[in-house]
Amino acid sequence: MTDAIDVTETLDVKGASCPMPVVKTKSAIDDLAEGEVLEVLSTDSGSMSDIDGWASGTKGVSLLDQVEDGDLYKHYVEKTA
Amino acid sequence: MSTDAAETEETPEEKAAASGDEAPTADGADVPQTEAELQARIEELEDTVTTLEREVDDGPMKMTIIATKGTLDMAYPPLILASTAAAFGWDVVVFHTFWGLDILHEEKSSNLQLSSVGNPNMPVPNALAALPGMDRVTTKMMAKKIDDNNTATIEELIEVSLEQGVEMQACQMTIELMDYDEDDFYDDVTVGVGAATALEHMAESDVQLLV
Repeated sequence: MTDAIDVTETLDVKGASCPMPVVKTKSAIDDLAEGEVLEVLSTDSGSMSDIDGWASGTKGVSLLDQVEDGDLYKHYVEKTA
Repeated sequence: MSTDAAETEETPEEKAAASGDEAPTADGADVPQTEAELQARIEELEDTVTTLEREVDDGPMKMTIIATKGTLDMAYPPLILASTAAAFGWDVVVFHTFWGLDILHEEKSSNLQLSSVGNPNMPVPNALAALPGMDRVTTKMMAKKIDDNNTATIEELIEVSLEQGVEMQACQMTIELMDYDEDDFYDDVTVGVGAATALEHMAESDVQLLV
Protein backbone atom coordinates (compact mmCIF):
# COMPACT_ATOMS: atom_id res chain seq x y z
CA MET A 1 0.00 0.00 0.00
CA THR A 2 2.83 2.33 0.93
CA ASP A 3 4.32 2.02 -2.54
CA ALA A 4 1.22 3.64 -3.94
CA ILE A 5 1.54 6.75 -1.75
CA ASP A 6 2.99 9.68 -3.60
CA VAL A 7 5.16 11.39 -0.98
CA THR A 8 5.73 15.12 -1.42
CA GLU A 9 8.06 15.81 1.53
CA THR A 10 9.85 13.72 4.13
CA LEU A 11 10.26 14.88 7.72
CA ASP A 12 13.05 13.19 9.64
CA VAL A 13 12.42 13.32 13.39
CA LYS A 14 14.49 10.25 14.21
CA GLY A 15 15.77 10.45 17.79
CA ALA A 16 13.25 13.06 18.88
CA SER A 17 10.74 12.08 21.52
CA CYS A 18 7.32 13.32 22.65
CA PRO A 19 6.01 15.88 21.85
CA MET A 20 8.44 16.77 19.06
CA PRO A 21 7.30 14.28 16.37
CA VAL A 22 3.76 15.67 16.52
CA VAL A 23 4.79 19.31 16.88
CA LYS A 24 7.22 19.10 13.95
CA THR A 25 4.73 17.16 11.84
CA LYS A 26 2.23 19.97 12.32
CA SER A 27 4.81 22.59 11.27
CA ALA A 28 5.80 20.57 8.21
CA ILE A 29 2.16 20.04 7.19
CA ASP A 30 1.62 23.81 7.41
CA ASP A 31 4.18 24.23 4.63
CA LEU A 32 2.44 21.80 2.28
CA ALA A 33 -0.36 22.45 -0.17
CA GLU A 34 -3.71 20.67 -0.23
CA GLY A 35 -3.40 17.14 -1.56
CA GLU A 36 0.31 16.86 -0.78
CA VAL A 37 1.61 14.07 1.42
CA LEU A 38 4.14 14.23 4.25
CA GLU A 39 6.20 11.22 5.21
CA VAL A 40 7.33 11.30 8.85
CA LEU A 41 10.24 9.13 9.96
CA SER A 42 10.38 8.61 13.71
CA THR A 43 12.10 6.29 16.16
CA ASP A 44 9.63 7.14 18.92
CA SER A 45 7.32 4.15 19.44
CA GLY A 46 4.78 6.52 21.01
CA SER A 47 4.51 8.29 17.67
CA MET A 48 2.28 5.50 16.34
CA SER A 49 -0.47 6.44 18.76
CA ASP A 50 0.38 10.14 18.94
CA ILE A 51 0.38 10.88 15.19
CA ASP A 52 -2.81 8.84 14.83
CA GLY A 53 -4.47 10.81 17.64
CA TRP A 54 -3.19 14.10 16.31
CA ALA A 55 -4.42 13.37 12.78
CA SER A 56 -7.90 12.35 13.90
CA GLY A 57 -8.20 15.38 16.17
CA THR A 58 -6.90 17.91 13.68
CA LYS A 59 -8.82 19.45 10.83
CA GLY A 60 -7.41 19.38 7.34
CA VAL A 61 -5.18 16.33 7.69
CA SER A 62 -5.71 12.69 6.95
CA LEU A 63 -3.52 9.81 8.09
CA LEU A 64 -3.05 7.58 5.05
CA ASP A 65 -0.86 4.90 6.57
CA GLN A 66 1.49 3.98 9.38
CA VAL A 67 4.27 1.47 8.89
CA GLU A 68 6.45 -0.11 11.55
CA ASP A 69 9.81 -0.99 10.09
CA GLY A 70 12.04 -2.37 12.85
CA ASP A 71 12.97 0.60 15.03
CA LEU A 72 11.59 3.03 12.50
CA TYR A 73 8.03 4.26 12.49
CA LYS A 74 6.80 5.77 9.24
CA HIS A 75 3.71 7.90 8.99
CA TYR A 76 1.99 9.20 5.87
CA VAL A 77 -0.12 12.29 6.38
CA GLU A 78 -2.06 14.04 3.65
CA LYS A 79 -3.02 17.67 3.86
CA THR A 80 -6.68 17.69 2.90
CA ALA A 81 -7.56 21.33 3.36
CA MET B 1 -36.06 16.14 0.93
CA SER B 2 -37.55 17.26 -2.37
CA THR B 3 -37.27 13.65 -3.51
CA ASP B 4 -39.83 12.77 -0.86
CA ALA B 5 -42.68 14.25 -2.88
CA ALA B 6 -41.60 12.58 -6.09
CA GLU B 7 -41.32 9.19 -4.46
CA THR B 8 -44.69 9.17 -2.73
CA GLU B 9 -46.34 8.19 -5.99
CA GLU B 10 -44.60 4.84 -5.98
CA THR B 11 -44.97 3.99 -2.37
CA PRO B 12 -48.71 3.39 -2.12
CA GLU B 13 -48.52 0.72 -4.83
CA GLU B 14 -45.60 -0.97 -3.16
CA LYS B 15 -47.16 -0.81 0.25
CA ALA B 16 -50.36 -2.25 -1.10
CA ALA B 17 -48.51 -4.97 -2.94
CA ALA B 18 -46.44 -5.84 0.08
CA SER B 19 -48.95 -6.06 2.89
CA GLY B 20 -52.19 -4.27 2.25
CA ASP B 21 -53.35 -2.96 5.61
CA GLU B 22 -50.12 -3.14 7.54
CA ALA B 23 -48.47 -0.08 6.00
CA PRO B 24 -50.40 2.52 8.05
CA THR B 25 -48.88 1.14 11.28
CA ALA B 26 -45.85 3.21 10.43
CA ASP B 27 -47.85 6.09 11.87
CA GLY B 28 -45.45 8.98 11.70
CA ALA B 29 -42.66 6.78 13.00
CA ASP B 30 -41.03 7.29 9.61
CA VAL B 31 -39.95 3.72 9.10
CA PRO B 32 -38.36 3.72 5.66
CA GLN B 33 -40.09 1.27 3.35
CA THR B 34 -38.41 1.64 -0.01
CA GLU B 35 -35.04 2.45 -1.37
CA ALA B 36 -36.28 5.94 -2.24
CA GLU B 37 -37.52 6.49 1.28
CA LEU B 38 -34.22 5.25 2.67
CA GLN B 39 -32.43 7.64 0.37
CA ALA B 40 -34.61 10.50 1.58
CA ARG B 41 -33.98 9.50 5.19
CA ILE B 42 -30.22 9.45 4.58
CA GLU B 43 -30.39 12.93 3.08
CA GLU B 44 -32.40 14.13 6.03
CA LEU B 45 -29.86 12.71 8.48
CA GLU B 46 -27.00 14.20 6.48
CA ASP B 47 -28.62 17.61 6.85
CA THR B 48 -28.99 17.07 10.58
CA VAL B 49 -25.32 16.12 10.86
CA THR B 50 -24.29 19.24 8.94
CA THR B 51 -26.38 21.41 11.24
CA LEU B 52 -24.96 19.79 14.36
CA GLU B 53 -21.43 20.14 13.02
CA ARG B 54 -22.05 23.82 12.44
CA GLU B 55 -23.31 24.21 15.99
CA VAL B 56 -20.36 22.39 17.48
CA ASP B 57 -17.85 24.03 15.21
CA ASP B 58 -17.70 27.45 16.85
CA GLY B 59 -13.98 27.86 16.34
CA PRO B 60 -11.01 25.85 17.54
CA MET B 61 -10.77 24.06 20.89
CA LYS B 62 -9.37 26.18 23.68
CA MET B 63 -7.12 25.26 26.58
CA THR B 64 -5.90 27.25 29.54
CA ILE B 65 -3.12 25.95 31.77
CA ILE B 66 -2.13 27.61 35.03
CA ALA B 67 1.56 26.82 35.60
CA THR B 68 2.60 27.38 39.21
CA LYS B 69 5.72 25.24 39.61
CA GLY B 70 9.27 26.04 38.65
CA THR B 71 11.08 22.76 39.20
CA LEU B 72 12.57 20.95 36.23
CA ASP B 73 10.10 18.06 36.38
CA MET B 74 7.04 20.26 36.83
CA ALA B 75 7.99 22.60 34.00
CA TYR B 76 7.58 19.81 31.45
CA PRO B 77 3.86 18.90 31.61
CA PRO B 78 2.47 22.37 30.81
CA LEU B 79 4.97 22.88 28.00
CA ILE B 80 4.41 19.47 26.43
CA LEU B 81 0.64 19.81 26.59
CA ALA B 82 0.70 23.40 25.33
CA SER B 83 2.93 22.68 22.34
CA THR B 84 0.98 19.54 21.44
CA ALA B 85 -2.39 21.27 21.75
CA ALA B 86 -1.09 24.04 19.50
CA ALA B 87 -0.18 21.34 16.97
CA PHE B 88 -3.83 20.25 17.11
CA GLY B 89 -4.76 23.80 16.13
CA TRP B 90 -6.10 24.67 19.59
CA ASP B 91 -5.97 28.15 21.07
CA VAL B 92 -3.70 27.79 24.07
CA VAL B 93 -3.00 30.15 26.96
CA VAL B 94 -0.51 29.26 29.69
CA PHE B 95 -0.76 31.56 32.68
CA HIS B 96 2.47 31.43 34.70
CA THR B 97 2.37 32.43 38.31
CA PHE B 98 4.61 32.06 41.38
CA TRP B 99 7.47 29.65 40.56
CA GLY B 100 5.90 28.95 37.20
CA LEU B 101 7.36 32.31 36.18
CA ASP B 102 10.82 30.72 36.17
CA ILE B 103 9.80 28.69 33.11
CA LEU B 104 9.47 31.95 31.16
CA HIS B 105 12.57 33.52 32.73
CA GLU B 106 15.25 33.53 30.03
CA GLU B 107 18.11 32.90 32.43
CA LYS B 108 16.41 30.61 34.93
CA SER B 109 14.54 28.44 32.43
CA SER B 110 17.75 26.79 31.27
CA ASN B 111 18.76 26.08 34.84
CA LEU B 112 15.63 24.74 36.52
CA GLN B 113 16.37 22.46 39.44
CA LEU B 114 14.89 19.22 40.66
CA SER B 115 13.85 18.96 44.29
CA SER B 116 15.34 15.87 45.91
CA VAL B 117 13.39 16.18 49.14
CA GLY B 118 9.87 14.85 49.42
CA ASN B 119 10.05 12.80 46.26
CA PRO B 120 10.16 9.10 47.15
CA ASN B 121 11.01 8.25 43.54
CA MET B 122 14.38 9.95 43.91
CA PRO B 123 17.39 7.66 44.14
CA VAL B 124 18.38 9.14 47.51
CA PRO B 125 16.54 8.84 50.83
CA ASN B 126 15.02 12.05 52.19
CA ALA B 127 17.55 12.33 55.03
CA LEU B 128 20.36 12.47 52.48
CA ALA B 129 18.34 14.47 49.96
CA ALA B 130 18.20 17.34 52.43
CA LEU B 131 22.00 17.69 52.42
CA PRO B 132 23.38 20.80 50.76
CA GLY B 133 24.16 20.35 47.07
CA MET B 134 21.96 17.27 46.71
CA ASP B 135 19.48 19.06 44.46
CA ARG B 136 22.32 19.89 42.11
CA VAL B 137 23.35 16.24 41.99
CA THR B 138 19.86 14.90 41.26
CA THR B 139 19.23 17.70 38.74
CA LYS B 140 22.43 16.71 36.94
CA MET B 141 21.29 13.09 36.85
CA MET B 142 17.95 14.14 35.41
CA ALA B 143 19.56 16.46 32.87
CA LYS B 144 21.74 13.58 31.71
CA LYS B 145 18.69 11.35 31.31
CA ILE B 146 16.94 14.07 29.33
CA ASP B 147 19.98 14.33 27.10
CA ASP B 148 20.39 10.55 26.71
CA ASN B 149 16.74 10.12 25.77
CA ASN B 150 16.76 13.00 23.33
CA THR B 151 13.94 14.55 25.30
CA ALA B 152 13.31 18.12 24.27
CA THR B 153 14.83 20.70 26.60
CA ILE B 154 12.73 23.30 28.41
CA GLU B 155 14.04 26.04 26.11
CA GLU B 156 13.22 24.01 23.00
CA LEU B 157 9.68 23.48 24.23
CA ILE B 158 9.23 27.17 25.04
CA GLU B 159 10.54 28.05 21.59
CA VAL B 160 8.21 25.69 19.70
CA SER B 161 5.27 26.68 21.88
CA LEU B 162 5.76 30.37 21.14
CA GLU B 163 6.40 29.59 17.47
CA GLN B 164 3.10 27.71 17.25
CA GLY B 165 1.21 30.61 18.74
CA VAL B 166 0.81 29.53 22.37
CA GLU B 167 0.13 32.62 24.47
CA MET B 168 2.57 32.56 27.37
CA GLN B 169 1.39 34.88 30.12
CA ALA B 170 3.36 36.04 33.14
CA CYS B 171 1.30 37.05 36.16
CA GLN B 172 2.03 40.69 36.97
CA MET B 173 1.47 40.40 40.71
CA THR B 174 3.98 37.56 41.10
CA ILE B 175 6.52 39.26 38.77
CA GLU B 176 6.60 42.04 41.34
CA LEU B 177 6.43 39.70 44.31
CA MET B 178 9.43 37.71 43.03
CA ASP B 179 11.28 40.92 42.15
CA TYR B 180 11.54 40.04 38.48
CA ASP B 181 11.77 42.54 35.67
CA GLU B 182 9.55 42.31 32.59
CA ASP B 183 12.70 42.18 30.47
CA ASP B 184 13.79 38.97 32.22
CA PHE B 185 11.29 36.96 30.20
CA TYR B 186 11.35 35.60 26.67
CA ASP B 187 10.42 38.13 24.01
CA ASP B 188 6.91 36.98 23.12
CA VAL B 189 5.74 36.54 26.70
CA THR B 190 2.64 38.55 27.65
CA VAL B 191 3.02 40.56 30.84
CA GLY B 192 0.62 42.87 32.65
CA VAL B 193 -2.01 40.21 33.25
CA GLY B 194 -3.67 38.96 36.39
CA ALA B 195 -6.15 36.48 37.83
CA ALA B 196 -9.10 38.07 36.04
CA THR B 197 -7.42 37.52 32.67
CA ALA B 198 -6.69 33.92 33.62
CA LEU B 199 -10.30 33.34 34.67
CA GLU B 200 -11.61 34.91 31.50
CA HIS B 201 -9.57 32.45 29.42
CA MET B 202 -10.49 29.53 31.67
CA ALA B 203 -14.20 30.31 31.31
CA GLU B 204 -13.91 30.21 27.53
CA SER B 205 -11.79 27.07 27.48
CA ASP B 206 -12.72 23.48 26.77
CA VAL B 207 -9.77 22.29 28.86
CA GLN B 208 -8.46 23.94 32.03
CA LEU B 209 -5.50 22.64 33.99
CA LEU B 210 -3.64 23.70 37.10
CA VAL B 211 -0.08 22.41 37.15
